[in-house]
Amino acid sequence: MSAAQTPSLWRGAGRLILKRIGLALVTLLLLSAVVFTVSGLLPGDAAQEVLGRGATPEQVAALRHEMGLDRPGPVRYVEWLGAIATGDPGQSLVANKPVAEIISERLPNTLILAALAALVSVPFAFLIGMASAISRGHKLDRALNILTLSMVALPEFLVATIAVLIFAVELRWLPSITIVPKDPTFAQFARAYAMPVMVLAVGVIAQLGRMVRAAIICELDRPYVEMARLKGVRPMRLVFRHVLPNAIGPIVNAMALSLSYLFGGAIIVETIFNYPGLASLMVNAVTSRDMPLLQACAMIFCAAYLLLVLVADTIAILANPRLRQQ
Amino acid sequence: MSRGSPLRAVRALPWSGKIGLVLVIFWVAIAVVGRFIAPYPPGAFVSYEVFAGASGQFWFGSDFLGRDVLSRLLVGAQFTVGLSAIAVTIAVSLGTGLALTAAVGPRWLDELLSRAMDTLISIPSKIFALVLVAAFGSSIVLLTIVVSITYVPGNFRIARSLAVGLTRLDYVEVARARGEGRIYIALIEMLPNMIRPLLADIGLRFVFIVLLLSGLSFLGLGLQPPDADLGSLVRENVSGLGVGALAILVPAAAIASLTVGVNLLIDAATQGKVK
Repeated sequence: MSAAQTPSLWRGAGRLILKRIGLALVTLLLLSAVVFTVSGLLPGDAAQEVLGRGATPEQVAALRHEMGLDRPGPVRYVEWLGAIATGDPGQSLVANKPVAEIISERLPNTLILAALAALVSVPFAFLIGMASAISRGHKLDRALNILTLSMVALPEFLVATIAVLIFAVELRWLPSITIVPKDPTFAQFARAYAMPVMVLAVGVIAQLGRMVRAAIICELDRPYVEMARLKGVRPMRLVFRHVLPNAIGPIVNAMALSLSYLFGGAIIVETIFNYPGLASLMVNAVTSRDMPLLQACAMIFCAAYLLLVLVADTIAILANPRLRQQ
Repeated sequence: MSRGSPLRAVRALPWSGKIGLVLVIFWVAIAVVGRFIAPYPPGAFVSYEVFAGASGQFWFGSDFLGRDVLSRLLVGAQFTVGLSAIAVTIAVSLGTGLALTAAVGPRWLDELLSRAMDTLISIPSKIFALVLVAAFGSSIVLLTIVVSITYVPGNFRIARSLAVGLTRLDYVEVARARGEGRIYIALIEMLPNMIRPLLADIGLRFVFIVLLLSGLSFLGLGLQPPDADLGSLVRENVSGLGVGALAILVPAAAIASLTVGVNLLIDAATQGKVK
């Protein structure tokens, strides 16, 4: 941040960021079309399904009319899009409650879980990534490589099973399903969340750790690092003062990617621990073929992913003087 | 991967790669012969005790209905490995085929395909798979198609960047100057030079697909009874979690040993070539 930064540079960054926001919105719009086409238009007749096989054609036609299914696809899409954009994705077919109401109960739970998992994972991932990068090619690096490589490939339900076996069955420290009491004390809160967070964190730590290592090593190969080394800068200082500021862009991108992995992981973790979050809600919506609920959940996950990527892009642009100037 | 005899390539692998290779060969072998070496029929109730521990009669104990875990595992592995192999073949053929089309085709087609794939890649893969399963159901054929479609965009992205890099190279320019057709250039000139770098991606996608497929089965949205893959075995025995049953631990560990094995093998085989 030097005095040489003129306002025009910041304007360049602003334009770049606006462009990214526009791009994200267009992508979200396209995704909504994909989600609606796949789940709303392709699967056949919802009216027929609601009424079952015994219904007369007149009954089906009447319900089709009532549900608005007899109108052309594009019209239904635009209506659905308008409704979902204004925060009212319709009525859940199974629960017979507004989708917005069900989701607003569940969404905070998933956000808490994801935030806690992120909070736990990021420091560990940085530690692993930086330790491997600094000791590149040495024993520690190779050991960490094999460790993270294996952790990435573990199915969440194996990690969860082992965690339950150790902490709930053998040691009896933690409950094997997650029940958060109303107004929990800190101890209750920690006990309830310890295992789901632990299981989610395993995958994120491994993935993020590998990407942090790759980002730092990519910088370590640059001429300026060679120069600093020749000047006699010690390895620790080299990584923290010289390399890390330059690697911020790729690292925040990596963070966005591995945090989006949390959504996938949450589906399994919420189910196995019986945790009332958005992901397990979506699984229920699939099982009961509750399309309005499913569509809303899918759009929330897509929007969250795009938002993560957008935030990462913005930080990368702001952190990189060259990108700012474009 | 060095050229020369396969034996020398194997010997050159670091020990982690050798472990990976052994695990991969083991699971491929189980997938092929598992059904025939299973000591009991997978659906037979053979033990009066549910969630029994390991014994000489039942190596991995019995499951929640008193069936032999080992036999169900041997048959389940065939579904997991077999369906994943089919799905990865479909995913890579589609992804790489579209990538080659984009690379040699007209510019607008490349734009269109790349934008479409960029859009699809923004749906987290498990979410995408859930939407597809909700729409199409989960018969074996549809399930295989669903998991393969989920991983087409990722493969497309890698294959396209490889293919676009190749179109600038001399031998492709020469072939074009010779007047070869686009299909010839894509299949005869470019594809053979993409296969080596693509192998690592195929392996990774296989791991993703195994995890997705068993994840879906674990959620009850994958293979439907009486068929059961390794993920279904974990699901049906989940009530044994509280008693630490082998019936839930063994299939979960089996999936992990397969995916970890593939990962170790790819990493060792591509060492120094892929960052």
